[in-house]
Amino acid sequence: MKKIGALGAAAIFLIAAALVSALVGAADLNPLDTAAALVDKIPLIHLPSGLSPLDRAVLFQIRLPRVVLGALVGGMLAMAGAGYQGVFRNPLVDSGLLGASAGAGLGATLAIVFFAAAGPNAVPPAAFAGSLCGVAVAYLIGAAASRNTPLGGGVATLLLAGIAVGSFLTAVQTLVLQRSAEQDVQTVYNWLLGSLSGATWQQVVSILPYAAVSTVLVLLHGRHLDVLAVGDEEARALGMHPAAVRVTVVAACALAAAAAVAVSGLIGFVGIVVPHVARRLAGPSYRSVLPLSLLIGAGFLVLADTLARTVLSPAELPIGVVTAVVGAPAFVWILRSTQGARP
Amino acid sequence: MNPVRSTALAVRELTVTLDRRPVVRQVSCAAAAGGWLSLIGPNGAGKSTLIRAAAGLVPYQGAVLLDGTDVRSLRSRERARLIAYVPQEPVLPPDMTVEQYVLLGRTPHLGYLGTPGRQDRAAAAAALDRLDAARFATRRLARLSGGERQRVVLARALATEARVLLLDEPTSMLDVGHQQQVLELVDGLRRDGGLTVLSTLHDLTAAGQYADELVLLHEGRVAAAGRASAVLTAGLIETVYAARVSVAAGPDGRPVVAPLRPPPDIGPRG
Repeated sequence: MKKIGALGAAAIFLIAAALVSALVGAADLNPLDTAAALVDKIPLIHLPSGLSPLDRAVLFQIRLPRVVLGALVGGMLAMAGAGYQGVFRNPLVDSGLLGASAGAGLGATLAIVFFAAAGPNAVPPAAFAGSLCGVAVAYLIGAAASRNTPLGGGVATLLLAGIAVGSFLTAVQTLVLQRSAEQDVQTVYNWLLGSLSGATWQQVVSILPYAAVSTVLVLLHGRHLDVLAVGDEEARALGMHPAAVRVTVVAACALAAAAAVAVSGLIGFVGIVVPHVARRLAGPSYRSVLPLSLLIGAGFLVLADTLARTVLSPAELPIGVVTAVVGAPAFVWILRSTQGARP
Repeated sequence: MNPVRSTALAVRELTVTLDRRPVVRQVSCAAAAGGWLSLIGPNGAGKSTLIRAAAGLVPYQGAVLLDGTDVRSLRSRERARLIAYVPQEPVLPPDMTVEQYVLLGRTPHLGYLGTPGRQDRAAAAAALDRLDAARFATRRLARLSGGERQRVVLARALATEARVLLLDEPTSMLDVGHQQQVLELVDGLRRDGGLTVLSTLHDLTAAGQYADELVLLHEGRVAAAGRASAVLTAGLIETVYAARVSVAAGPDGRPVVAPLRPPPDIGPRG
């Protein structure tokens, strides 16, 4: 079956990306010994490895948490993007939609400028809260505004409300930045570009619950998103409640994106490009697009992060730059080829 | 999908208000079990709105009854299992395959977290077969002709295994040959499958040929109701549509409505 094959290929892609990322880096680890040390961690398997204690620390405390965090962030961004594309029946939206990115940006900015005393630890929760608040406000405004247009105006109104809230939050952020110290501006700028350089197991553990809850919720709604594809009215005639599905999936996607943004900053293009790749592999059904996006997004971000930390080694490129450099041409290609496919 | 029995559909004193404007006013009509009731009337008379109210898509006053049971007392999935609705312009996601699309008709049979099983696939396949659409089951919806699209949309409604079929202008996008095909198909489903049909139809002659009963709506009210020969009269049509027509008995005895041009010396032309 096409779906099973595509899922298998995506899983292999993710594992391969993770292995490559674990083997490549500034500290020159012996690939064979590294592979042996990794396999040794699998229960019931014991393999001797020639890695020194220092090499082991590099592998298990620096590289692996970064690989796992990258996979989580990429998976969440891509799945959230796919979920939003389904909810809004629009292939051009992504995980930063509905004020999510702008809210996270404002939250991080406020934490950096006004709560510098709390140190960098204040940034992730602030970005997380900002992202969720951005979506919640946009959704409430959009839902209230579309109440007076009972017939199908809902989706467009929600998107417009998201754009308005996003612009507003970005304007507030600009205002705050304009009046703050240069050093803070630099810090915010670096955060906005996205990075996984500070990855720790603690970060992985902190976003894992959110990632798990949102993944379960989103994956359970694939079939509902397929029904929504025929429009709210026909979905209702088929006995569905489109508004309830929409609010559930939007909440789950917002949670996934907020968890990702909290530990990585703003990383663009994953949420918009990956779902299209998934569609090309297994067709438009969200029952395959959602899990495929999760796996491909995870593998893609792990690879992008590997590039980000090796191309200019020992310096690091912002990962947002890498995903955009790869993502922008990919996006153009997708636009061109889907245009050709339309009758 | 041979039925045990057919279901009668009745509309009682139905009033629909959209944007504070009454669009359907106090309309009562009924389709007998296994019958075909067609709504006719000029643009804006409230035909589509009445159908959409019967499908539970717009709020209304009054009642819609299935074999005497108020549809409002049903949960939305129960209602959707009994009543299938085909809008005038169905949304056909271009990249979805015909198979996937027809399977959507099984939605009311699935629990919230359920996925289509063997029985659902069998129902979808049977519907495709019944409408002679199995040939293009794996084709993308974007690659269908107008006639094929209408078959596929009907197949989705049929896959629901509903007892009542609501059709809003099922032939509006089709040429006369495909119009006939689709209407014959619907009539076949009604006769063999025991479906009860409530439709709107633009084409008055076709409405008279296929429906057992017609309801002529005018400004949201019933202007006339009954058999084709009683409703399709030149006098009624000229009053309600502000059109000039001649009505003659066709070879089968059913009325044939032909438009006439106004005399050249009266009224504006073009």
